[in-house]
Amino acid sequence: MQSQSVYPFAERARLLLQSFAVVAALAGSLPAQAGPLEDASQSLKAGQHAKALDLVNKHLAGQPKDARGRFLKGLIFTGMNRQGDAIATFKKLTEDYPELPEPYNNLAVIYAQQKQYDKARDALEQALRTHPAYATAHENLGDIYSRLASQAYGKALQIDSSNASAQTKLAMINDLVGTDKSAGAVAPAAAPAPTVLAGAKPAEPAKPTELAKPAPTIAKPVASDAKPAEPKPVPVPASPPASAAAEPANLEGEITAAIDDWLAAWSKKDVKRYLGYYARDFTTPGKASRKDWEAERTLKVGKPGKIEVSRGKLTVKLSGQDKATASFRQSYLSTSFKASSNKTLQLVKRDGKWQIQQEFVN
Amino acid sequence: MKKSTGFLLGVVAAALIGAEAGLAAPPARYTDSGPEPLLARIFEQIDQNSWETAYRETESLLKAYPNFRLGHLIKGDLLLARTRPLNRFGEGGGKEAGEQIADLREEAIARLRAYKSKPAETQVPRYLLQMRPDQKHAVVVDTQRARLYLYQNDNGTPRFVADYYIAHGKLGAEKIKEGDKKTPIGVYHVTSSIPRQKLPDFYGSGAFPINYPNEWDKKQGRNGYGIWLHGTPSDTFSRPPKSSDGCVVLANTDLDALAKNLQLGTTPVIISNSIEWLSLDNWQAERQALLAMIDEWRRDWESLDIERYARHYARDFASDRKDRATWIAQKRKVNAGKQWIKVTTGNVSMFRNPGKDEYVVVTFEQDYQSSNLNNRTQKRQYWIKEDGRWKIVHEDAV
Repeated sequence: MQSQSVYPFAERARLLLQSFAVVAALAGSLPAQAGPLEDASQSLKAGQHAKALDLVNKHLAGQPKDARGRFLKGLIFTGMNRQGDAIATFKKLTEDYPELPEPYNNLAVIYAQQKQYDKARDALEQALRTHPAYATAHENLGDIYSRLASQAYGKALQIDSSNASAQTKLAMINDLVGTDKSAGAVAPAAAPAPTVLAGAKPAEPAKPTELAKPAPTIAKPVASDAKPAEPKPVPVPASPPASAAAEPANLEGEITAAIDDWLAAWSKKDVKRYLGYYARDFTTPGKASRKDWEAERTLKVGKPGKIEVSRGKLTVKLSGQDKATASFRQSYLSTSFKASSNKTLQLVKRDGKWQIQQEFVN
Repeated sequence: MKKSTGFLLGVVAAALIGAEAGLAAPPARYTDSGPEPLLARIFEQIDQNSWETAYRETESLLKAYPNFRLGHLIKGDLLLARTRPLNRFGEGGGKEAGEQIADLREEAIARLRAYKSKPAETQVPRYLLQMRPDQKHAVVVDTQRARLYLYQNDNGTPRFVADYYIAHGKLGAEKIKEGDKKTPIGVYHVTSSIPRQKLPDFYGSGAFPINYPNEWDKKQGRNGYGIWLHGTPSDTFSRPPKSSDGCVVLANTDLDALAKNLQLGTTPVIISNSIEWLSLDNWQAERQALLAMIDEWRRDWESLDIERYARHYARDFASDRKDRATWIAQKRKVNAGKQWIKVTTGNVSMFRNPGKDEYVVVTFEQDYQSSNLNNRTQKRQYWIKEDGRWKIVHEDAV
């Protein structure tokens, strides 16, 4: 589990991802969109990285400069955990198309995963130089600033900031659509374009650099055009009935109930019930001892203040009758911040009870 | 001033109040070799809402002083301020760190105040009345300002060389007894040097013990020991203004620079609550008046007139377990056997004690010749003001 102290995450980014899904869906129905690139994108979404890479390479053989193809390749490398290749790909894109904010953003995400926060910050500031209103980059940059601040406080006060420097999860951008001035909004123009460089046009003249950064507000509100509009809370979609299709529906039902009860225990700060959902062989993050981990969770989950943890659509993959993987989008809301992340739980059924063996944020 | 100064305003304002209470800015002859100039610029930038510049300069500051905790705290604030409004200095450091943050705030105030209100070139610490020719330097500490000033002996006139940030006792100054976590106030000197290799890392690049308790302290019944000038641990650039058990703590680089000018057994270290500054004219007048009194004492001794000699000794005089009456009686007896006495003094030093106890420590080489005895001694006297007149309250040979 990569810390429940989930990080500020761009709701806008979520919108963006959702919009992308729409675009992709539309694209699928348009003959103009067919081709190795779309296939590659589909394969990536299906988790077939090797196939996706193969397809994108085919596409790039014909159009070696194509930004969208190269961008997708970067995403595929990221999915394959080939961080070095992903960095090289996104970096080259930033050099060839410095006006595109997305490659900078994704570069930053990978740097942040590697805890190279200074580099991540530089990349995000670059993204914002050309697109001052780019919400995702703003949100990510805010996260980076918090992280760097934690490190600085750690050094100032000689306190252990290892908690604060836990691996961060920033929003990766999945398509080159953010070049429009309204950042998050989907540009319908992005739909027709295998040539894609249409989307790569220097959308807006860069604003003066002072606007390119979020104005720090110290004890006073600073009005700035550069500030992204307040992210509108996205209603968490009511979990759709699990595709009540076949036999295993029963097990899926059990798992859904277990996860929902686990989330409810968390929201209610019922630490005992919450911890009860973790298997005795649960893999603690950072190989902490069970005792330390429980102590830390007790402290964090039990911290005063209202919190609400909920989930989006749940996908359950069963392997046998007593093992399963459950993935969902988890939203965390407290008075001080809200965040959402993709969560995957490795579950095991013991004594008739589904328990968490491992917890991933991805 | 705009209403936008925010969380760091407290620090800047406090520093400026200090500046107003202090002295006029002198010409730039100060070394300013520490982090203060950059620190002051950073606070100015923050005050003017130039966050970016402030941040860049904080990064430069930390490049030069990687273990400067105050710098890291400011960096944290500048970063965090980009994500949310801050109301207090070090706010993002967390509630548990309140005391540490208060300490760092004190350090910021002390450093800025010392930087912005440096003593003028025409002023000298009142305590350095007369340095001996062999005393190349003198150290004067101001605990309230968290500052140590190094002076050079320029033919008897103190000339400013450098000043450094220091930390002193957790519970302040005016040490009285062992374990009171206070720094002594008085006139001392460096007695020895302990090299880094013989010390735990805690003491940094070296230590220089001073002679607390001195004769005066002992006379007042003060005790305790182990008061040193020393450095900081390797992971710490500087410590909060009030953080030691009584020692005077300098950054290692500063201690190293200072060490080059310390002569063991010789260099005076005068520790004050708050330095009294005199114009060179007033300093000269005070110095001449006391020199004249010492000369009068010398001539009255030569006169063999015991009453004239005796009037230089204070009611509370005590030396070598002799009180005033015994001392004078013995002198009278000795004088009776002499036809003549000739006394000359050389290598005079005079250091005024800072603070409440108003006395001056005088040392000199005494060449004593008489009809039946000659000797040369190194003499030490404590002079106090009694009924408006300088008188000797303690005298011995060292």
